[in-house]
Amino acid sequence: MASGPYRLASGGRIDRARLLNFTLEGRPLRGLGGDTLASALLAEGITLVGRSFKYHRPRGFMAAGVEEPNGLVTLGAGGRRTPNVPATTVELYEGLSASRQNGWPSVDVDLMALMTSLAAPLLGAGFYYKTFMGPRRGSWMFYEPFIRRAAGLGQALHLPDPDRYETRHAFTDVLIIGAGPAGLAAARAAAGAGARVMLIDQDFGLGGSLLAAPVQGRIESWRCTLEAELRAAPNLSIGLRTTALGVYDGNTVALLERHDHAEPDAHRGRARESIITVRARAIVYATGAAERPLIFADNDRPGIMLAAAVRAYLNRFAVAAGRRALVATNNDSAYATALDLAAAGVEVTVLDERARPASSLLESARGASIEVRSGVRVERALGGRTVRGVEFTAAEPDGRIERLEADLLAVSGGFSPIVHLTSHTGIKPRYSAALDAFVPGGYAPGHFGAGALTGSLTLGAALAEGAGAGVAAAAHAGYTRAVAPASIPALDELAGFEPSPARALKRGGKAFVDFQNDVTTADVALAHEEGYVSVEHLKRYTTLGMGTDQGKTSNVNAARLMAALRGVELPAAGTTTYRPPYTPVSIGALAGRQIGAHFRPTRRSPLHDWHLAHGATMIEAGPWLRPWYYRWAGEEVASAYIEEMRLVRSGVGISDVSSLGKIDVQGPDAAEFLNRVYVNGFAKLPVGKARYGVMLNDDATVLDDGTTARFGETRYFMTTTTAQAGEVMSWLEFLLQTAWNHLRVHVVSVTDRWAGMSIAGPRARAALELALPGVDVSEAALPHMGVREVELEGVPLRLLRLSFSGELAYELYVPAERGIALWERLLERAAPLGLKPYGLEALASLRIEKGHVAGLELDHRNTLDDLGLGKMASSAKPFVGRALRERPGLRAPDRWSLIGLECLEPQSRLRGGAILFAKDDEIKGHGRGYVTSVTWSTVLEKYIALALYQGGVRHVGEEILCAYPLKGETVRARIVSPVFVDAAGERLHA
Amino acid sequence: MLRISCPHCGERDYTEFRYGGDASKVRPAHDSTDVRAWIDHVFLFDNPKGPHREYWQHVLGCRQWLVLERDTATNTVGRSWLARESAGEAGHG
Repeated sequence: MASGPYRLASGGRIDRARLLNFTLEGRPLRGLGGDTLASALLAEGITLVGRSFKYHRPRGFMAAGVEEPNGLVTLGAGGRRTPNVPATTVELYEGLSASRQNGWPSVDVDLMALMTSLAAPLLGAGFYYKTFMGPRRGSWMFYEPFIRRAAGLGQALHLPDPDRYETRHAFTDVLIIGAGPAGLAAARAAAGAGARVMLIDQDFGLGGSLLAAPVQGRIESWRCTLEAELRAAPNLSIGLRTTALGVYDGNTVALLERHDHAEPDAHRGRARESIITVRARAIVYATGAAERPLIFADNDRPGIMLAAAVRAYLNRFAVAAGRRALVATNNDSAYATALDLAAAGVEVTVLDERARPASSLLESARGASIEVRSGVRVERALGGRTVRGVEFTAAEPDGRIERLEADLLAVSGGFSPIVHLTSHTGIKPRYSAALDAFVPGGYAPGHFGAGALTGSLTLGAALAEGAGAGVAAAAHAGYTRAVAPASIPALDELAGFEPSPARALKRGGKAFVDFQNDVTTADVALAHEEGYVSVEHLKRYTTLGMGTDQGKTSNVNAARLMAALRGVELPAAGTTTYRPPYTPVSIGALAGRQIGAHFRPTRRSPLHDWHLAHGATMIEAGPWLRPWYYRWAGEEVASAYIEEMRLVRSGVGISDVSSLGKIDVQGPDAAEFLNRVYVNGFAKLPVGKARYGVMLNDDATVLDDGTTARFGETRYFMTTTTAQAGEVMSWLEFLLQTAWNHLRVHVVSVTDRWAGMSIAGPRARAALELALPGVDVSEAALPHMGVREVELEGVPLRLLRLSFSGELAYELYVPAERGIALWERLLERAAPLGLKPYGLEALASLRIEKGHVAGLELDHRNTLDDLGLGKMASSAKPFVGRALRERPGLRAPDRWSLIGLECLEPQSRLRGGAILFAKDDEIKGHGRGYVTSVTWSTVLEKYIALALYQGGVRHVGEEILCAYPLKGETVRARIVSPVFVDAAGERLHA
Repeated sequence: MLRISCPHCGERDYTEFRYGGDASKVRPAHDSTDVRAWIDHVFLFDNPKGPHREYWQHVLGCRQWLVLERDTATNTVGRSWLARESAGEAGHG
């Protein structure tokens, strides 16, 4: 036996020559090329495929596609293990390993089923709320482990994912979603009109519902001809195994392309899944419809399947899912299943809820020796681990309960169009009485629908609508070439349907509405009794419609039930809001290549390689990697930065400041422009000088600080903080391009153009004189805040005498590609003076000693005055933020503003983020401020900090408390001036 | 994903742009000390449902600030043009 006892000897769209070995919980099994995991398991006679979520009831496959609520398996092992995959969507491949879920110790022998059957009365709707909220909330601690173990699906894993995921971008004229009959017809029409067409389908076969038609029939030969025609069209691309996850603004559609079947190999560059972002000029939705189950007691027994699924297993996979079948239906479509089953030699009885099915149906059934019982109603399924038959109410007038034996029960309760994607655009679905279900409420401009989605359930209508939608979509995209009509097979079709009337079941037992979430008719009734009126509430109360299948088979039935309980029409009960993704998507696919070092771009200084080669430990500073400290100063940052600080305070050090934002400002109105954006005066800044400046936002909070140097009459060089460089640039561009478009100024970011380095310390001038003979850096040539442009061996060099540390200091800028050369030259030639590099930690600590604010203080809530910079504001000119600075709230004396802190406990340290309290305050709440920056001061030999504190420096001299609840610490500190070192600036002017 | 037409660069994903607020408001003159006018400009927005003009900057392209017509109810994007062609402050342009 090649591939299972339930495999038919002939037929199917499977490759009988290609045997595929796979395992279920380690047990070796075989399937065929073209199988899904589900069809292979059914061929092997495995019908028990999982245990239900809450009650651990045995479950079998209900569907043959993405709507499957029961047959979820865990695939693979190790880092590739993937839980909760519907086996109905898994294309079988050699070596596949799967295991079933939610059974303990196994799905076949599940003791939890017994446990939960005892607890079942407790597990109804609202169980969590009632049991664990309010006065009995403490019981959660007791029950939680039991519940977590009892209810659930597959287990998530904690290992790194070894696979690779890709992100792609695509553009097309017409995107067609769904390659069933409507989609195929649309693709042919749109491509024929001359448009570039993308046709996608989540399946690995082309044809949608056509793939469930008998392989010997006329429809199949017609489908094959059409497929060949489409595959030959040069302007048509076909994407199988590709799901449209969501439709977004701008005609953008997110697609998930799966490559699992091809055994991905990250080492050979093969992706397991790709997310494709498609921008389409027009979209055709041909997403079809999903069949609904019927509701009766114990309607979840393995062997009870949707009729269309039974037909798909039979005709596509040559698997007869049973040997004695009952087909229960309220519509015509299930007769196709009955006829095909009979043709395959399965004994079939149809149980039609309708009193008078169409005579042509009855004739066909009679011709196939199928007994039809009309006007009947299934009350209960018989059997346990597999269905054994049904009890049904016979037709009126006698209405007695009868029994029939069967090992397969095909059910059809009508069809629900897949309105998910059209709903993503914000258009609510509309109720269709003919279908007793929802259809798209409309389409966005350039979007079109066709086929079962629109409620047209016959093949002829799907083909006609598809062709129409294809032509319309191509025309919307600008392609109007006439298309020859397609040949359409002669069809005699019936689409009769009568909604099942709502009435009480005559037999007890759980009648499931939502199979995946174990929601029964009793749960819906309970929710109604407790006052829930819409399906949106019902969903949240009972979990109906949640889970991996998102209620694809249950939403409409639930709405019908709720409407019947309330005595209203179905639309009044509403429908759920569908949101992306249409089917589950792995986090790996969404992340794509943006993982690890590629999570975001990393910016590197032109000196980066030098730092790495010379013992720097790097640290992230925003997007930048900067040297944190150097090995010459110590192995640990805690000791190294102190060594580096000493170097700068007593000798000379050099640090990389290339990450500072640099903006070239030029134009006849540049002086006026700078005078407007800085709070202090820039109109009179002479050529050859730099000035420290502060910018405000319009709301008068501080935006940024930095220095701007004037190198020519109309030529300025602005530096910004590393963190705010992008914001400042955009803001300057905004002002110049909108409100101030009359100013003749150009701004260009030159951050990456220049390497920047700062030489600081008492011996800084000597170091430059030694390293750059011929460049005059004397006090006369380069006084404090003086700037010069020189050429050094043909290379432009900008020298700015600026200090961040409070020491005598110079900033040097050279073109980025010359950065390392200058840096090395300085270090080599000034080595006799002890010049060494220092890192970001020391740089930041030196500025704390000097009381310079930086990113940690600039929290976009503080004003100039909060930061002790109020005196900088010019009273002689307007500047951005001036007017709103005068608001009373920004002038309040108790605002949190900048102070210095000295630690009063020699055995303790201050910590950034510590909450500040007055000495007699209770340590509770948000306090009166917080510590922004902390360092050990080499000058004062103690921990010092900058902080924001209510009332600020008015409290100088007071002793306060720094609380750090995370470590349970409270440390005493004294408020001092934020300038700890050289307040008079003598070192600066040395 | 919104698709925005940049007058220089053509139609691009909105992720190449940054949003810059209501473009129908006129910034008070630079030397204005009218606190009410500034409060209105900086803090008070109409949040209209329907057609709207707003600033977007093509930060990952030509860096130009645009005025874009967008319907806030449908997210339909309309025309766009360079902000420097139509903007100005009170008393200018």
